[in-house]
Amino acid sequence: MRKLLGTAVLVGLGLATAAPVLAQGEQFIPVLSYRTGAYAVNGVPFANGTLDYLALLNERDGGINGVKISWEECETGYATDKGVECYERLKGKGATGAAYVSPLSTGITFALTEKAPGDKIPLLTLGYGRSESRNGAVFPWNFIAMGSYWTGADVAIQHVAKEMGGFDKLKGKKISLVYHDSPYGKEPIPALEAFAKKYGYTFKGIPVTHPGVEQKSQWLSIRQDRPDYVLLWGWGVMNGTSIKEAAAVAYPRDKMIGIWWSGAEPDVTPAGDGAIGYKALMLQHGPGQFGVHAEIKKNVIDKGKGHGKEDFGQVLYNRGLINSFIGTEAIRTAQAKFGKKPLSGEDVRWGFENLNITEARIKEAGFEGMMKPLKLSCTDHQGADLARVQQWDGKEWKVISDWYTADRAVLDALVAEQSAKYAAEKKITPVDCSKAG
Amino acid sequence: MLYRETGQFKTSYTADMGIFPLRQDRNALLVLLAFAFVGVPLLAHFHIWPFGSEYLLRAILLPFLILSLAAIGVNILIGFCGQISLGSGAFMAVGAYMAYKFGTGMPEIGLPALPVLVSILLGGVCSALVGILFGIPSLRIKGLYLAVATLAAQFFFDWVFLRVAWFTNYAPSGSVSAPELSFFGWVVNEPVERYLLCLMFVTVFALIAKNLVRGNIGRQWMAIRDMDIAAELMGIRPFIAKLSAFAVSSFIVGVAGALWAFVYLGAWEPLAFSIDRSLQLLFMVIIGGLGSILGSFLGAGFILIVPIMLNLIPSELGVPLSTETISHLEFIIFGSLICFLLIKEPHGFARLVTLMKEKLRLWPFPY
Repeated sequence: MRKLLGTAVLVGLGLATAAPVLAQGEQFIPVLSYRTGAYAVNGVPFANGTLDYLALLNERDGGINGVKISWEECETGYATDKGVECYERLKGKGATGAAYVSPLSTGITFALTEKAPGDKIPLLTLGYGRSESRNGAVFPWNFIAMGSYWTGADVAIQHVAKEMGGFDKLKGKKISLVYHDSPYGKEPIPALEAFAKKYGYTFKGIPVTHPGVEQKSQWLSIRQDRPDYVLLWGWGVMNGTSIKEAAAVAYPRDKMIGIWWSGAEPDVTPAGDGAIGYKALMLQHGPGQFGVHAEIKKNVIDKGKGHGKEDFGQVLYNRGLINSFIGTEAIRTAQAKFGKKPLSGEDVRWGFENLNITEARIKEAGFEGMMKPLKLSCTDHQGADLARVQQWDGKEWKVISDWYTADRAVLDALVAEQSAKYAAEKKITPVDCSKAG
Repeated sequence: MLYRETGQFKTSYTADMGIFPLRQDRNALLVLLAFAFVGVPLLAHFHIWPFGSEYLLRAILLPFLILSLAAIGVNILIGFCGQISLGSGAFMAVGAYMAYKFGTGMPEIGLPALPVLVSILLGGVCSALVGILFGIPSLRIKGLYLAVATLAAQFFFDWVFLRVAWFTNYAPSGSVSAPELSFFGWVVNEPVERYLLCLMFVTVFALIAKNLVRGNIGRQWMAIRDMDIAAELMGIRPFIAKLSAFAVSSFIVGVAGALWAFVYLGAWEPLAFSIDRSLQLLFMVIIGGLGSILGSFLGAGFILIVPIMLNLIPSELGVPLSTETISHLEFIIFGSLICFLLIKEPHGFARLVTLMKEKLRLWPFPY
């Protein structure tokens, strides 16, 4: 048996380090996903969307401008150490290494933020991750495209004010935040505290420990406290549990606003009718099928090469599509400068920083109705401050608001303060954005 | 034939008391150390298989070394002193967070940022103090009851590092990132450098641990483990023996925690040191072999590397399995492997090695 074990380990070691079997001349994109564990309900649709858009580009266009895309999935289980292992496993694959990485976990994003500059691989964190990484001068490798938790917090407060009839009505009100007790859930707190000072409401943070299936005491305290609004920053099974518990203590669901990571179908369906009236922010897009879906259906799913099943067109599936869309558009932008060949992470970083997705391009790619134009730059790695609010009516999400634009006056100060602190701690000299090409 | 002591005469007490009485063992260890210190960096430098990419160094060897160090610490407490602890993750966290605090300075008490090496060791010292504190219940309770008492440490420190913003330098997200790793002007950045750094820590601490358990204090620990009342009657003070085991164990575990945070992860949150980590370390020492320094390495290797291998094999062989199937298969196979091993060899890998050595002595003419 010893011999057997020894051979197995040796074979394994050999396999782990053998030259990648991927064909040369392909642009490699690692896909860090989680299809198991407490966060799988949300991880699966996102991963499916991510993969299906990449497959669409290969099947329909033969890749990006003819450069085939290859990818490999790695299961992180939402755990930071496994995420780091996956990143190390995949970062060097393909002809030129990983084009970009989307960790889909704030914890993994924090760990990779330390590693990406050394490896020269950009991180695309669509609507999550370090909020201060908007400042590309300090975080050249992080791209927190479309929105951060701070913009989310701002829009949530704007919506609360609108429902109450003005920002002056916020004075003396109570707003609580039920959050996943991790970097993810804690990110919005400084922004919400800053707004509390500005508008005069009382802020209270109520943490829920990982994985979030035990929330009785938190909701009991909400029942005693009776806050005017409850914001929800949950992920995975925590979301469904929160809504169920809210129903159990009869906290009005229409006074609950979730972040865009707490506003998908798997979050509300477990609570059944208890979820009716629950609101959530939209990271620009909602559920539904658009031009790109028809293309995916025709070119990928009908050929039996797709992943999307019942989640096809759901909120997180669509977010996966947008994630791949933005990433591949960055590669396309970089190809215009560096040539139509597989590009290194460093080239793709330039593509991200000079990314300009116009209205016309969105329409052409079939994303019309899902996102607004997005333009990134050295000083602004986020590029958009837009969000809407949707409400669950028991069967589907209904958009109930116009577009909100986050108030950058307060947030930019926070971004500047926190990124300066990070730069000082890490002894980073910020890039001079006026000279960045 | 090859592996026996015939002809090796010991002419001094020092030689008689050496860690490895057999010349073959000594030579094997020297070859291994030479390979680890010189061979691996050379192979990595010239990108020779299997070091073609950084993966093996950064994602396998680095965590393997750090978790082996932690497993040595846990083994001292559980394997040598018989005090079952489920708080190892917490002691790692204390090491990591206190090293972070020392490494970034504490302006409140006028303490400037200390060099990384000093911070890591001080992190270990803090962890040792905490270990002693949470070891006090061991003077009254033992066995599973003690395990539950040490579990309190786990939950307490999870809570502390999540709630007390001072430990994270008031970072809004509660996630902290390690200061620059520089040792006397040597900035550790390359994977090979990180590997060498951890290797040095592990070698030094493994040597210290091995000598501790062979000496007076180690014998006290083992006496306590085997029968505490008899040990007490023989004049061993349980107070000193048990608490010193907690102190030494937590010190090593704390240093491992600081390395895990500083060298492997780079940025971390308390979830990196959750109860799962404690259980993982416990499994390592059980599978590797209780009361064996070598076992700590074998156990760490098994628990860390086998799941990764299981996960890699299907995709490398080109078997078209979905990620979730692979992930589930990994759990199933790994779980059954553990069961199988524990049934076949309840004393862990270390026992297998001992058996192998005994057989090797008689080879090729067993009687």
